Amino acid sequence: MSAFTSKYADELIANAAYIGTPGKGILAADESTGTIGKRLASINVENVETNRRALRELLFTAPGALPCLSGVILFEETLYQKSSDGKLFVDILKEGGVLPGIKVDKGTVELAGTNGETTTQGLDGLGERCKKYYEAGARFAKWRAVLKIGENEPSEHSIHENAYGLARYAVICQENGLVPIVEPEILVDGSHDIHKCAAVTERVLAACYKALSDHHVLLEGTLLKPNMVTPGSDSAKVAPEVIAEHTVRALQRTVPPAVPAIVFLSGGQSEEEATKNLNAMNQLKTKKPWSLSFSFGRALQQSTLKTWAGKEENVKAAQEALYVRCKANSEATLGTYKGDAKLGDGAAESLHVKDYKY
Amino acid sequence: MSCFKSKYADELIANAAYIGSPGKGILAADESTGTIGKRFASINVENVELNRRALRELLFTTPGALQYISGIILFEETLYQKTASGKPFVDVMKEAKVLPGIKVDKGTVELAGTNGETTTIGLDGLGDRCKKYYEAGARFAKWRAVLKIGANEPSELAIHENAYGLARYAVICQENGLVPIVEPEILVDGSHDIEKCAYVTERVLAACYKALNDHHAILEGTLLKPNMVTPGSDSKSRAEPKVIAEHTVRALQRTVPAAVPAVVFLSGGQSEEQATVNLNAINQLKGKKPWSLTFSYGRALQQSTLKAWGGKEENVENAQKAFLARAKANSEATTGAYKGDAQLGEGASESLHVKDYKY
Repeated sequence: MSAFTSKYADELIANAAYIGTPGKGILAADESTGTIGKRLASINVENVETNRRALRELLFTAPGALPCLSGVILFEETLYQKSSDGKLFVDILKEGGVLPGIKVDKGTVELAGTNGETTTQGLDGLGERCKKYYEAGARFAKWRAVLKIGENEPSEHSIHENAYGLARYAVICQENGLVPIVEPEILVDGSHDIHKCAAVTERVLAACYKALSDHHVLLEGTLLKPNMVTPGSDSAKVAPEVIAEHTVRALQRTVPPAVPAIVFLSGGQSEEEATKNLNAMNQLKTKKPWSLSFSFGRALQQSTLKTWAGKEENVKAAQEALYVRCKANSEATLGTYKGDAKLGDGAAESLHVKDYKY
Repeated sequence: MSCFKSKYADELIANAAYIGSPGKGILAADESTGTIGKRFASINVENVELNRRALRELLFTTPGALQYISGIILFEETLYQKTASGKPFVDVMKEAKVLPGIKVDKGTVELAGTNGETTTIGLDGLGDRCKKYYEAGARFAKWRAVLKIGANEPSELAIHENAYGLARYAVICQENGLVPIVEPEILVDGSHDIEKCAYVTERVLAACYKALNDHHAILEGTLLKPNMVTPGSDSKSRAEPKVIAEHTVRALQRTVPAAVPAVVFLSGGQSEEQATVNLNAINQLKGKKPWSLTFSYGRALQQSTLKAWGGKEENVENAQKAFLARAKANSEATTGAYKGDAQLGEGASESLHVKDYKY
């Protein structure tokens, strides 16, 4: 095999497969302190540790939500937090059959000589950090690489840097028992059409899998978190079936069958859009040798946040809103979503923020 | 899409899919004049055009055989030959719903500074040649890249050169209506174990698909012709068909995108029976296999036939029976239904390995 031999191989393979269980997906709750601050600001809530803790407790104890999830991605602070009655969040998740995950990248920096393109940092000491996170209960990790579409972007340089950074991160995770989510996000910003997005996505994903092969990554113990293939945010929208067709074709052309599951990011899509698009993909009749599921942040939490607004008396209703989205996306992984989710306040609202950083 | 827009796109996709039809596979009958000469020498037949024509007619007119064949790879001379009664071979094939294919590479040359590693030549004027072949009835092409396993081989240079040569050939074919078979053969020569072969195969295939993506090839309109994953010919370890199947399919799962419609294995030095039994095991394996898994055999389809024929007219019927038996056996192997009961012709179990094989 070209994969290196990790002592964690069987566990990595089992955990990656579990995350792709039909009917389940990932809640991305790994907003950094800075980013969650923006969310809290939008609902007039102070960005202090108690509030960050309260929000995550609301999410993780929402009745009916955990059965729809196979994993939750956490920010480092959250990995060590507890519920108000003193139970570690990681234990709540584990008891609910949900694998804790951890964001391990340290954000992006610009690549000199490019037109605002970036690379992601976080490789220094990553091995030791992964070890610590594994001991704290984490079983998968996430690292977000970012690319953009423009006249001359993404450049070959930026594709190479981001692909090889992802591959290096992936192997270090596997050496330490964490399933790496490989996330090469191509931002939706721009006025390009869906064909351009498809061409770029295929090019980027091909580069990623070459890099993963070069780095001896065990593909059966990885996950992919790509953007869906859509028109740019400044371009006319298309139907979910069209998005589904272009997305699945791009994946058929680049993602080896050994990868157990693909967990889409929601980008700037509204909650309802993201669910409908995922549903359309799972209804498509064509070769799909990997699970197609979700790893949504904003597209799972938007209504919940608005409903909560930081008030204790709103917790129950906010949890109900989360359950509605979790259930809808769970159905979408099976292609059975009927579009009947009780739309919470803001469910149809676009969550696009230009040049999104978190 | 990252692939280029070919006016032949729909046709390429349909032809590539057809070649992978369950129950069918490819007869590789594209031995160059020099190579077929060696075969003839082994059965004491003179290497003249008449005999080369007679052999191919024997194969292509075997009653009941073509139903198991979706494509036949030809050498250029054969593309223009006819049966004794004057019917062009390509017409015989078309009537039997067999796609004619054409070998387009011009052999290998050594890469300077390497330990005997090679690259394949044939890109010059390839577009014009493909156009001509398409007009003559060809619908797919084949180009053989060769790599070897050694202490320091295959080198990064050899992998890169061969992968990018294959990708360039592939796109030129698609521009001219021919489905390219991408063949990165890793020779079985050596004393390495099956794990080493798996490692190298995965590395080589990953490089091939990166190159194909860089060159904007339409994957749905291509075929892959890889080696199976086996121990080296001088290895002390033998591997059961199931083990070969597991390692082979896993290597493909790790590298071959689902968009590729079919994988058509080369037989390398395997005997007729081994090649069939291994293909059968591959198709019996439970696991993700989003491409057809079939054959593109030369020696492993013709060995018994050649021996039975011996160049004599009176042996044609028996020789055709031998060919039919192998074609049927391999057809069954594509659905995992082969019971090992093909009447073994003389030489069916004989290894066909020739060290450092060139053709």
